[in-house]
Amino acid sequence: MNRILKKSDPSTRLVTVAGPPSSGKTSLILHTAAVLLEQGLRIGIVKFDCLTGDDHKRYERAGLPVKKGLAGGLCPDHFFIANIEACVQWGISQGFDLLISESAGLCNRCSPHIKGVLAVCVIDHLSGVHTPRKIGPMLKNADLVVLTKGDIVSQAEREVFAFRVRQANAKAAVLPVNGLTGQGALLAAGHFKTAPAVASLNGMRLRFTMPAALCSYCLGETKIGPDSQIGNVKTMDFT
Amino acid sequence: MGNVNKKSGLNTDLLNLGLDTLMEKYPYLKDFFSALEIDPCPGQKTLAMLIDNLSLDHLSQFGLAHESLSAQALEFIAKMEQCRHKTHGSMDRLVIGAGFDKNGCPEAMGITLFPGEVVSVVGPTGSGKSQLLSDIECLAQGDTPSGRNVLPDGRTLDATSRFSGEFRLVAQLSQNMNFVMDLTVEAFLQMHAESRLIDNIPEKIKQIYQSAVMLAGEPFSLDTAITSLSGGQSRALMIADVAYLSASPVVLIDEIENAGIDRVKAVSLLLNKEKIVLIATHDPLLALSCDRRIVIKNGGIADVVKTLATEKKSAACLADLDKKLGLLRERVRTGKHLIFDQNFFFDHP
Repeated sequence: MNRILKKSDPSTRLVTVAGPPSSGKTSLILHTAAVLLEQGLRIGIVKFDCLTGDDHKRYERAGLPVKKGLAGGLCPDHFFIANIEACVQWGISQGFDLLISESAGLCNRCSPHIKGVLAVCVIDHLSGVHTPRKIGPMLKNADLVVLTKGDIVSQAEREVFAFRVRQANAKAAVLPVNGLTGQGALLAAGHFKTAPAVASLNGMRLRFTMPAALCSYCLGETKIGPDSQIGNVKTMDFT
Repeated sequence: MGNVNKKSGLNTDLLNLGLDTLMEKYPYLKDFFSALEIDPCPGQKTLAMLIDNLSLDHLSQFGLAHESLSAQALEFIAKMEQCRHKTHGSMDRLVIGAGFDKNGCPEAMGITLFPGEVVSVVGPTGSGKSQLLSDIECLAQGDTPSGRNVLPDGRTLDATSRFSGEFRLVAQLSQNMNFVMDLTVEAFLQMHAESRLIDNIPEKIKQIYQSAVMLAGEPFSLDTAITSLSGGQSRALMIADVAYLSASPVVLIDEIENAGIDRVKAVSLLLNKEKIVLIATHDPLLALSCDRRIVIKNGGIADVVKTLATEKKSAACLADLDKKLGLLRERVRTGKHLIFDQNFFFDHP
């Protein structure tokens, strides 16, 4: 099986994992990586976060090499796309077969998915049946949608949820994974393993535009009022 | 516009059909449009015209352009039709090929399960019951820790179906599961029925509701919020719902004995629906209502015990005993004293 993964050019398979906060991204990755490590793959992780995060420690405890990227005051998605190529080069230099990037998971507008790179979206069953509609491009553009926390909601709600996900994204594979026990991670691993290998992301394209950001507040303005709003500003319509 | 996505084999003729015809044929399109804040009602226009008339501004909110929306609408219809015509229930048997126990020794046997059969799974905590259930759920192909093979109709499921997650073999019911939606019983059942794309929804709702009340013993109304149902009522509704609405041919039930519902009736309800029912249990009454018992030891199937005819007779005694216990429970509930001796259990009224 691992013979498929042998490659001539220096490259690494890349998977982008996105999802709202606390939806189970890290748990999914840990369980999936455990399956793949068992199969002899070398795996590296890049965790993108905003301010601080302890997720990288969970990876370290699992013996997975991890790099942490903190966006600080920047939009985490913009930060992600400006840094992901360097991550890929790090992954290649470390000799990883597979590099998994985990997004910070903030606004539902986020979508760090790249054309030609396996895109995974994680959502949890507890987030409500309307969530699949609200999440937008992160879900709509994914190749694999993983549904977590299904062990504590009813079968009926799981079925409705999966249906809604298929409504929002008819093309993706939809798999339930239990983040506590790892049940379902085997099938997710099957997807991760077949992610396309990339030598460089330069010249490749995002599947969906990033949230726009270029106004005075992006540059640190804190004062409220029309005089302080300069740049790319959108106002509500009350008519 | 008409030739979008010819390559992918989608039916682009649909784009030129009248909207009214389309909406009648594919009622779920209403949902699709409403999610995109598109009002699909006006008259005889075709789908292509409707899409063409949308402003790019409106579409860009959803990350779409005219072409991609056409493609998405067609994909959506194709997917929904696929869901509608999928016959999960057509499985004749489920073969579980033997794997290995926790020490890597071959397990004693595999087992073949048939629809309309209820089988209990027994064994001490940590013996590997969950692994068996998990193997069935992911349709193991020698690639789980147990090395078992789970073969619907005795055949290996192709990788595409297995990895797409479309073939959901197993519906699961466990003590830890709760309702989390903020809906009434009726709205909840309506929503589930709609997602199954079935006809005669009102009749289904009625059937499920009546069965659930019958199992629960304590009546509740269709207007009750599902989150405020009692433990027993929730469990009863979940079981009735799985029996009538779940597409999965296999039902796994965990610890139904503490659910406070009529467990024997619950099992027979599921059986009537031609499902394979697996129950992890140590309750003697429930175990004896099963046809066979899978005995798990050290991670492997150690034995499959067939329920004997004489055991069925013992089951009748147990049922009597259970009824008597029920009477005592009722006395507790109504604030009465409990004074009885062993004759209470053995006298036939």
